[in-house]
Amino acid sequence: MARRLRKPVALLAVALVALTAASLGGAGHQSRTLVFGASRDPLILDPILVSDGESLRPIRQIFEGLMTVVPGTARVGPSLARSFKASNKGRTYTFALRKGVRFHDNTQFNAQAVCFNFKRWYNFKGPFQSSAATSYWQSIFGGFQTTVGNTSAPVGQQQSLFRSCQVVNRYTARINLTRPSASFIGALSLPSFSISSPAALRRYEADKAELRGGSPVFTGSYGFEHPTGTGPFRFESWRRGERLTLARFSRYWGPKAHLSRIIFRPITTNAGRLQALQTGEVQGYDLVDPQDMATIRSNRSLRLLNRPQFNVAYVAINQQQEPMNRLAVRQAVAYGLDRQAVIRSSIYAGRGEVAHAFMPPSLPGYAKNVKKYKYDPARSRRLLQGAGLRLPVRIEFWYPSGVQRPYMPDPPRIFQAFAASLERAGFDVVPRSAPWSPDYLNAAQTGKAGHLHLLGWTGDYADADNFLGEFFQAPKPQWGFNNRAIHRILERAEAETNTKKRTALYQQANRQIMQFLPGIPYAHTKPALGFQTRVRGYIASPVSLEPFRLVFYGGGT
Amino acid sequence: MLRFIVRRLLLLVPILLGLSILVFVFIRALPGSPAESLLGERATPEAIAQVREQYGLDDPIYIQYAKYLETTVAEFDLGVSIVSRRDVTAELKERFPATVELALAAMLFSVGLGIPLGFFAAKRYGGIVDHTSLVASLIGISIPIFFLALVLKYVFAVRLGWFPSVGRIDVLIDLEPRTNFYVIDAIIARDWTALRDVLEHLVLPAVALGSIPLAIVARITRAAVLDVQNEDYVRTARAKGLSPRIVDSRHVLRNALLPVSTIIGLQTGLLLSGAVLTETVFARPGMGTWLTDAIFNRDYPVLQAGILFLSIVFVLVNLVVDISYAIINPRIRYSS
Repeated sequence: MARRLRKPVALLAVALVALTAASLGGAGHQSRTLVFGASRDPLILDPILVSDGESLRPIRQIFEGLMTVVPGTARVGPSLARSFKASNKGRTYTFALRKGVRFHDNTQFNAQAVCFNFKRWYNFKGPFQSSAATSYWQSIFGGFQTTVGNTSAPVGQQQSLFRSCQVVNRYTARINLTRPSASFIGALSLPSFSISSPAALRRYEADKAELRGGSPVFTGSYGFEHPTGTGPFRFESWRRGERLTLARFSRYWGPKAHLSRIIFRPITTNAGRLQALQTGEVQGYDLVDPQDMATIRSNRSLRLLNRPQFNVAYVAINQQQEPMNRLAVRQAVAYGLDRQAVIRSSIYAGRGEVAHAFMPPSLPGYAKNVKKYKYDPARSRRLLQGAGLRLPVRIEFWYPSGVQRPYMPDPPRIFQAFAASLERAGFDVVPRSAPWSPDYLNAAQTGKAGHLHLLGWTGDYADADNFLGEFFQAPKPQWGFNNRAIHRILERAEAETNTKKRTALYQQANRQIMQFLPGIPYAHTKPALGFQTRVRGYIASPVSLEPFRLVFYGGGT
Repeated sequence: MLRFIVRRLLLLVPILLGLSILVFVFIRALPGSPAESLLGERATPEAIAQVREQYGLDDPIYIQYAKYLETTVAEFDLGVSIVSRRDVTAELKERFPATVELALAAMLFSVGLGIPLGFFAAKRYGGIVDHTSLVASLIGISIPIFFLALVLKYVFAVRLGWFPSVGRIDVLIDLEPRTNFYVIDAIIARDWTALRDVLEHLVLPAVALGSIPLAIVARITRAAVLDVQNEDYVRTARAKGLSPRIVDSRHVLRNALLPVSTIIGLQTGLLLSGAVLTETVFARPGMGTWLTDAIFNRDYPVLQAGILFLSIVFVLVNLVVDISYAIINPRIRYSS
């Protein structure tokens, strides 16, 4: 028997060795194809139905909007619209459209296509009115023309920023708004407002959906099999969990892409993406962990690419929790946070700078002369005692677990550092932690995350409204305050179309906010991407919207 | 035998009903809901309320369960993933074959290596082979799967570059997924490059996942062989002058394999659950990564369908094991 078993065992060993030897050669990736490591699959490739980064990344390559962000900056520039003119006190925008542009289905892009898309979005019904489905439309434009089905979406022209779209001529489209909005143009650079081919939308039933068990199900094939835009890459195939393949569009109106194909490959863990980069299974990935940067730096065939800072990390204060409603206590918190030490520590690995406002310094409206709070624990204690409180003042401080964000690479360590500095400043910190999603976010958004909690924000487009407006334009349970002066100035700034006046209003808002202290911003960071050295032309965008059209392989590969 | 099978299949009904209630209640006992998960940092209390209303998450739990049962049983509809917004059945069809393929490869590895190892250890009882296999199997049982997976991946994929580190197939290979079992698909397509690539992608995850069953199978085989080879009927066979090879194969191994077959059945269930970790480490799009993501996203329909489906598979595998047990062991066959 022993001899009989030796044969299969030997065969198995030979097979393993053969397999190993075969793999030693390595297939090697075909030239001019870039495999990019994504953290997961896109949800759907219908731009208006998504707001997450992994869906927007390929959408940015397939589709184009009227406006875009200039590569490498957060500045808004022309795209399918060559230029625009505002009139009627900022309620009307007339767009001069680019000529000779074709969709991937070979139909023509024109003013009719623009209005078709805007009207489609405004007329969404039923399942499409779920905020999970059309969150950007609802956050920028408000509501829909009518409300149909069991939804609580805002409805009608009172709520919607969009009023109508007119075809002035073949290459001129006019969009009328219900009220002035200066952030409208910036918002149009969001890939969610990209223009789809009307013919493809109809043919592949983009608006076909049903509610099943309360969930919206998109039953048309447009967003899964036939996304059709005007971008430099066209959709080729999508196998969920494995790859999404885009191919170069040969009739693109602008300079053609260097790459012949891009493949987005979902790898859920950061360690997995790093290892796939090391083995050459992917040629690039986003959001490199700070602790992995040394590994990439030490490998000559890999390199790091910095993304310009466009985020803010902050310690939020909930004023519904006593004694946080008292300014002196909030100031004590601000003086009690050793932000400089956290930024200089290995947590941020030299990729952060101390934030003094709730928006990045690169945006118009940023004010340098805001009140600054340097770490001063003695002053904190004096402030607390002056407020009639007995030291130490007990506060609950929340931080998330199981998550890393570009602005918050290691929440537990950030918490520990802040907690230690607050304890020196006269506070007794009670730690509270919860898994990031959905528990922590739920607690934070509903005002149930103690006195203080860690959070942050990465901008969607280059407008102060996308930071300050998001945080403080209206009362929110997260902050637990109602300050009419701050809410009002942000409302005025959003509507102001005169750039100078608008900038001044946001600067004023910044100063008021840092006096009032609804929270303490502590970091702006530069996230990093990892690439193989031979990948060139990838221009990192502060708003994470990189055009792969510019990417090529160096060294003749 | 038929009555036995029918009875076992009928037992599935109360088991599944009980399981569905347990899963339904446990999932909803987790804090948070899909609403916050879907909306992320951009969630506002109004948007959360809207999504909760839309998904019926504010209904009492028994009403939610009744609705779930109605759609699942009456309409044979497993629902729609809250995150991907796709049919759960369609996702299940894509994910399950990946996990089965991995579990089978791991089982093949553990049985193919474990039985000969256990057999040789028993034959050389007390010798170096025996002691080495004992120590090796102890180590095999003790090392956590995910740790072994990470080590294997680091050494053989990242450092040596012998095997791929992620996925089921090279993204540049176009293989039409007819059955979603890529080994079978490659054979159907007669695409030998794809077959080699799929097998390469299977090696490290299968070794990682199969390490514990390998150790168990080896130890059980060793113990069983030691037990059986001292039985009277083996001694009689030897006394009759049968060659050692025939005694080993017909009398020793066949009887020693009885407990091993039970263990293999039980291990299949464990392999399916162990696949969760292995698939995550190797980024293989199977049931494991699917369910892990669903837990983090509180994707109720996916969790309910996935866990129930795996339970059915577990019960069916055990039924098959019982049947095969009866086939291998004539005493059971005759008594039933």
